[in-house]
Amino acid sequence: MSSTLTILILLLPFAAFVFNGLLSAKLPHRVAGWIAVGAIGISTILAWKTAAAYFSQSTPYTKQLVFSATWLRFTDTLQVDMGILLDPISVMMLVVITTVSLMVFAYSTSYMLGEKGYVRYFAFLSLFSFSMLGLVAAGNLFQLYMFWELVGVSSYLLIGYYYDKPEAVAAAKKAFIVTRFADFGFLVGILVLSYYTGTFDFITLTNPENPAITSMTGISFMGISVLTWALVLIFMGGAGKSAMFPLHIWLPDAMEGPTPVSALIHAATMVVAGVFLVARMFPVFVFHAPAALAVVAFIGAFTLLFAAVIACTQTDIKRILAFSTMSQIGYMMLALGVSGYASDSLGFTASMFHLFTHAFFKALLFLGAGSVIHALNTNDIRGMGGLRKHQPITHVLFLIACLAIAGIPPFAGFLSKDEILAATLATNTFYFGIATLAAALTAFYMFRLYFTVFWNSERNYEHSPHESPAGMLVPMGILGVGSIAAGLIPFGRFVTSDGQPLKTHLHMPVAIISVTVALVGIGVAWFFYKKQSDVPQKITASIGGLYQTVYRKFYIDELYLFITKRIIFNLIAKPLAWFDRQVIDGFMNFTASATNRISAELKEFQSGQLQKYAYIFLAGVLILVVALLYTGLN
Amino acid sequence: MIDHVPLTHVLIVSTLMFFIGAYGFLTRKNLVTMLIGVELMLNAVNINFVAFDRYLFPSGIEGHFFSLFIIAIAAAEAAVAIAIFINLYRNIRSIDVEHVDKMKY
Repeated sequence: MSSTLTILILLLPFAAFVFNGLLSAKLPHRVAGWIAVGAIGISTILAWKTAAAYFSQSTPYTKQLVFSATWLRFTDTLQVDMGILLDPISVMMLVVITTVSLMVFAYSTSYMLGEKGYVRYFAFLSLFSFSMLGLVAAGNLFQLYMFWELVGVSSYLLIGYYYDKPEAVAAAKKAFIVTRFADFGFLVGILVLSYYTGTFDFITLTNPENPAITSMTGISFMGISVLTWALVLIFMGGAGKSAMFPLHIWLPDAMEGPTPVSALIHAATMVVAGVFLVARMFPVFVFHAPAALAVVAFIGAFTLLFAAVIACTQTDIKRILAFSTMSQIGYMMLALGVSGYASDSLGFTASMFHLFTHAFFKALLFLGAGSVIHALNTNDIRGMGGLRKHQPITHVLFLIACLAIAGIPPFAGFLSKDEILAATLATNTFYFGIATLAAALTAFYMFRLYFTVFWNSERNYEHSPHESPAGMLVPMGILGVGSIAAGLIPFGRFVTSDGQPLKTHLHMPVAIISVTVALVGIGVAWFFYKKQSDVPQKITASIGGLYQTVYRKFYIDELYLFITKRIIFNLIAKPLAWFDRQVIDGFMNFTASATNRISAELKEFQSGQLQKYAYIFLAGVLILVVALLYTGLN
Repeated sequence: MIDHVPLTHVLIVSTLMFFIGAYGFLTRKNLVTMLIGVELMLNAVNINFVAFDRYLFPSGIEGHFFSLFIIAIAAAEAAVAIAIFINLYRNIRSIDVEHVDKMKY
């Protein structure tokens, strides 16, 4: 595989962005769509070819820098390169991102038809894919950070796509500010790490025997080694992008963007960036900072359960899916957090495996939701029901995705979730309990959604819902196939922490437990939601306060608002604003008005009276003479 | 004969001339009178040059040359100044210095 073709994977979406962006006013809609789809399509083919070439090499799969150019040179030892790094996880991510993006792009050509700003939409979508591809292919931390920010910007542009809707604008700002806040930690982490190691390069950084890294464990700050600090700060960036508690608040609101964008954010780009980041730095975590890895595991496990509980109460179809994404990302983080290296790196492989399978079924879920929203023009599941008759194909595909995310064999999610559960069971029974409980909740809330939307009783629709056009169904069908087939890939053979193949097998006892709890979850959902019934209302009414708390997402948003509006604005921002306005502006105004007044006085000197000038001149000369005589004589 | 007149006497004369000229320049309102004041100051300087040359550096003649230059330049200056006065008079019908305050613009 020549490196030129690998670079093209990145450059084609970028070219589509530039082309569509520059010609957005003049380009016919259909052309813009096909340019974007064509570019990402070729990228997809190249990514698969790259993967085939990379994985057909003899093991172990090493990290290979196929392209590198110096971009910024600070000193002789510290410089920032732009490069493309191929290793199992980046190759896997290239495949996932391009494939899911291609499906989303193709779907969007039908879904967004007739929207104003169609060309702009495809330009931003291409930029989004390009940023994410650059992120995973980055050869060093700094490059990764730049693409990381590009992902943030492009998500901001896409979430705020309907910029005439105030909620969309607010959501876009929220997503950008929250992730920016997290990225501040990330940047500090990068600086600490590179200050001590003198390099940004991943190959050097992730080498377990790197003496610079080892020496960092010896230096401590507030009783904890600086390396642990650096990694926890880097993880903070990852937690922000991946919507881990407590930086998750932007994700549900990000649903204000067009549905295909949500699919892209949740499946292939943006939210998995955090998982990828931890996986990228994994050798450093596992060898030198187990404490930081424990933080990852804890945050992952907490978010996993937290989001699953909230998802059970939401009524907006996309928000339910958003919380399910948080929960599934929690699985990935947890699996990474409990993983070891080399022969006991099952968690690492399981995490990447789940990322891979999740990309397919989550994209399918969102595109399916888009199909439903497209037909009904509402997001509220209380206004849906009985759609299986109206949208038979969407129904079947959505069911496949639900079964996959619930972990029912033989769908993709079953195998990856099984590995995650096995990995947690091997290290920490408490986390295993949480993960199993969350698996049951996952099955429940997904099938609550499924039964409410596709079964239940029909609502009074204003006009009869129709099946979506083929342009939307075909990409969904392909993702449906992926949701089944992705699990069949022997993942341990390809993607491991050290590049050596890892033997994985089905863990029967774990599988039995997980399938049982999933079936219980589905059963409960079936009981409550298959038919119109008032049982759920009665139950929620009986636990009213608790239900409200969960429904309001544990008041985390309100807490943030309280902290920012009441505390930060009132106690910090307002005094600072006063200080700025009165003292700093005051000083500037004072100098300006003083200058003004002095010059008004001074200009009186220029009277035009020749003899007045002569007097002043003479006086000056006399003073000079006296001064010279005085100093000269001494 | 000249040895009986000390240098200080000559310098007193030139100083008096200089300050009479300056006084005239600063107090007269008529531009021509002011020009005469300037000429007095210039010639006071001439006297200084010649006196210093004669008394302190009798072997050289640089002081004399400076005086000749100053006289030549003073002539040119007077010509230019009077030309300006004439033009001024044609424009504002006055050569009173206090009426000439529009030149600052």
